[in-house]
Parts: sequence; structure tokens; C-alpha cells
Amino acid sequence: MSVIHFILKDGSTRTLQARHGASVMEIAVLGNVPGIAGECGGSCACATCHVYVADADVDRLAPPDDMETDMLSAVAAERLACSRLACQIAMSAELDGLTVRVPHTQS
Amino acid sequence: MNAPLTIVGASYAGLQIAASARELGYDGPIVMLGDEAHAPYQRPPLSKGLLSGKTAPGQLPLRAPSFYDEQRIELRLGCRVESLDIGQRSLGLADGSALRYGVLAITTGARARPLALPGADLAGVHALRTLDDALALIAATERAQRVAVIGGGFIGLEVAAALAERGIAVSVIEAQPRLLARSVPPLLSAYIAELHRTRGVELLCGRQVRELRGWQGRVCGVGLDDGTAIECDLVVAGIGVLPNTEWALQAGLPADAAGRIMVDTLGRTAASDVFAAGDCAAMPSPHAPQPDQPVCLESIQAANDGARAIASCLVGRPLPCGAVPWFWSDQHGVRLQMAGLPAADDEVVLRGRTADKGFSLFMLRAGRIAAVHSVNRPAEHLLARKLVAARAQVDAHSVADLSFDLARTLDP
Repeated sequence: MSVIHFILKDGSTRTLQARHGASVMEIAVLGNVPGIAGECGGSCACATCHVYVADADVDRLAPPDDMETDMLSAVAAERLACSRLACQIAMSAELDGLTVRVPHTQS
Repeated sequence: MNAPLTIVGASYAGLQIAASARELGYDGPIVMLGDEAHAPYQRPPLSKGLLSGKTAPGQLPLRAPSFYDEQRIELRLGCRVESLDIGQRSLGLADGSALRYGVLAITTGARARPLALPGADLAGVHALRTLDDALALIAATERAQRVAVIGGGFIGLEVAAALAERGIAVSVIEAQPRLLARSVPPLLSAYIAELHRTRGVELLCGRQVRELRGWQGRVCGVGLDDGTAIECDLVVAGIGVLPNTEWALQAGLPADAAGRIMVDTLGRTAASDVFAAGDCAAMPSPHAPQPDQPVCLESIQAANDGARAIASCLVGRPLPCGAVPWFWSDQHGVRLQMAGLPAADDEVVLRGRTADKGFSLFMLRAGRIAAVHSVNRPAEHLLARKLVAARAQVDAHSVADLSFDLARTLDP
């Protein structure tokens, strides 16, 4: 088990236990993190699980693949260099303590 | 007495009504009844990742168990509603008890249409709708070598793809002359057919199943109308659905010809304080070829949108549905995404080439983008939803020109 920190729209932080192998989107949805929709159930089809990865954590993640990069070009909120789709980030021991920020909108 | 908001049906629409109502500040009691043993779970993986082994059942819940307590939603599972008395605002449950409601939301969805064929009751004949259906099918496929899929719609084709991926020989039998005939234009049907054939799936279109053949009580083959016999040790039927509305229609709620409860764009039925959403409801869509004709889109998005409209009524800030319908399917690693609702006489324009990794089909109606079907073009699909919503005006030549930036048509 690792932990992951979600910075919510109101600026507060919610910290959740993260099962290794689960995606950040799954952890957020199961943990009822507001602002992460995951409408397609994690198949990289809807771009409603957009998150901003904390600057310090960006290099800990494998870069997005072509499909995710393509989807990121169409997210609802502003796309930043640290934008990712939460469904495409699989939690692991290496990502313990990952911090992501929820954008102001997903649709 | 403050009788509860009672939601009958615990899947996408039901859960979204409860969740959105709380989000919008609805403070009254909420009771959600589900006739399955499972708390609300994701359904798309049932015919995709779960069947191919990429997704585990533990990944399926739509919310953590604590969600229901936190949000004060009383979830009653294994609970079937059998009757409705609108005058008394009362539900009759299968255990003989009655339940009073203040507001009723009907989100009972649909069930798989059963095969009406000789041999349909043989062992080894499956349908796929619920998690229990999926688990039974997965158990049955452990030893299956040849599977006959009846129905070349989305469920049938996703099952065929998932099983073929596991090395099982699959034949798909479709009564229409082409796959996905109700949903996509012929060019896309042809592309999907080719995709399946190259992955070893046998396709038999324009054929009717006459009978299922059995041996010692188990299915062993399928007999077709042209006399062909297909050997198999498992049959999966994906021939559409029937809405779970009989109990509600007996109370006099108006329904369409298929038995789906008619609602307006706020999810309201003909009875006051009775709402319906999801696969058991039919709602007019401004994006349908006939905007006044209620349609049932049979999609998560439609269930969620209908649910949000109902929740908006509950808090007195009604916000009707009108979003662009969208839907997706995964087959053999190919991502198919659809935005809008095509009509048979739309002008179909290809953007890209079908031989490329990805392309889109644009359906133009009176010079405007009415629907877009994309293959492996997820960003174009998301743009397409905006284009359909804006009914973007564009000519076929520009659509076909890959160097033409379609986003330009949004702000002329």
C-alpha cells in the first residue's frame, strides 16, 4: 500500500490509501474524490479523469502513450505540461506519496 | 412524514440520481433498491476487460462501500419491486411488504432478450447483461473451444473479440446483411467485419438461427435457415434487450412500443413525482433524426444525463437533458467512438483512410455535422462532440481534407 494525495478544487487535500496496480482514477472514484469523473470506466475514452501532477512528481511517471497524449489535447480544463489522465497512471511502490491536483472542470 | 426519494434500480442511472441529488444539496432520505446481489458496478468491462481477463471483478464497483453511508443513501440489495400504486405512492416488494415513497425514480434498466428458439434452454446457452451473467460465462469459457455468438451488435462483437483474443474459435451469426446495421453506416460495418475476419472470427451475416442443437442436455451446435450447421460447445446470445418495466406499466405509466417508460427531457413521466432514466426509459433528444420521437440510447452517458436532470428537478433547479449522445466500443484493440445520432439518409464523409490506424466518418445533415464515428481517433471524437453540439456548418470537401482544422467551424 502506498498513499496518494489529491488536492481538491477548494484547495483542501485528501489523502487516500492506494492499492498497487490500481489506477489513480480508480482510487479517486472509489474514494469519492469530487471532480474526477472517469465516465468510461478507465478505458481512456472520455478524458474526464484529467489531473495535474505535482511538479516534483512529473519525472516519477512514465510519459503518456500516443492514445493518452491524443486525449490530453481535448481535456475540458486548461492543458498543462503536467496534465495526465488518472486512468492511465498505475500506482506502484515507486509512486508512494504522489500528489495530483483536480482541475476545475471535466466537461 | 417525510417519505423518501425511492430509486428502484441500482446501476448507473439510479446511482447518479442519488449522487447528483446529494451534490446539489438534496437533504431528504434516499433509498435505493437493487434486485442484484451486488452494489452498483461498471458494466462496460463485462463484455471487454473482464471477459478477456484484463480486469478483475474487484475493480468493478462504481463507488466504495463507505460512499453510501457517507452520502446517507440506504442501499437495499437483493430487493425486487413487483408492483406500483401511484395513488397510494406505494411499492409492492417481492417479499410481500410495501414501501411508501415521496418521489419515485425508476431506473430498472433492461434484461437480455431471451432466445425464442428450440433448444434455448439447453445448458451452455448464455446471455450477457449482469455481473453474474459475466461470471457464469467466464466459467463456461474455461473449457470452451468453439463459441457461436448470436447477434452481430456491440455486445456480440465485443464478446467475439474478447474470446478470440483468448484463442477460442468464434462464429458470429447476424440476421441483418451487415454488422451493427442499426448503429453505423455500411463503410464502418465493412471495416469492423474485416477487423474480425483478420483476427480469425467467422462472420455469418444475413442468416437466421433456426434451432440450437443439444446432446445430453448441452448445446452442441446451431442450425441456420440455409441448412448450415455450426458446431459449438457454447452459445452467447446478444440479440437486444427488454426493459424491466412490466411492474410500472401495470400502474398505467405511458410507454413506447418497446415498453420503455416515456419521459420528457427532465426525466418526468406522466405521473407527478414519478421519474425514469436509463435503459428503461425513452426520452426525446434534440440530436435524434426525429427530435420529437422519444429514443432510448442504451448508454451510460444517457443514463447519467437523465439522472442528472432528475436530480436537478428534485432540488427545484430543473436543467433538461440535451447533451450530445456518445458511446464507445473496444474490439480487437480498436477503439470505436460515436458522437451524435446518424440517420439513414445522412451524407457520409470519410476523414482519413480506412487503411490507416485511425479515421473518422462524418455524417452531414443539411450541411451540418450531425454525427461522427471515429476509429482510434479519441481526440477527434472529443472534438466531434463539440461539433455535433454546435451543429457545425461545413462542406464535405473540407471534412475530407485532413489539413482543414475542423475546430475552426466552431467559431466562424
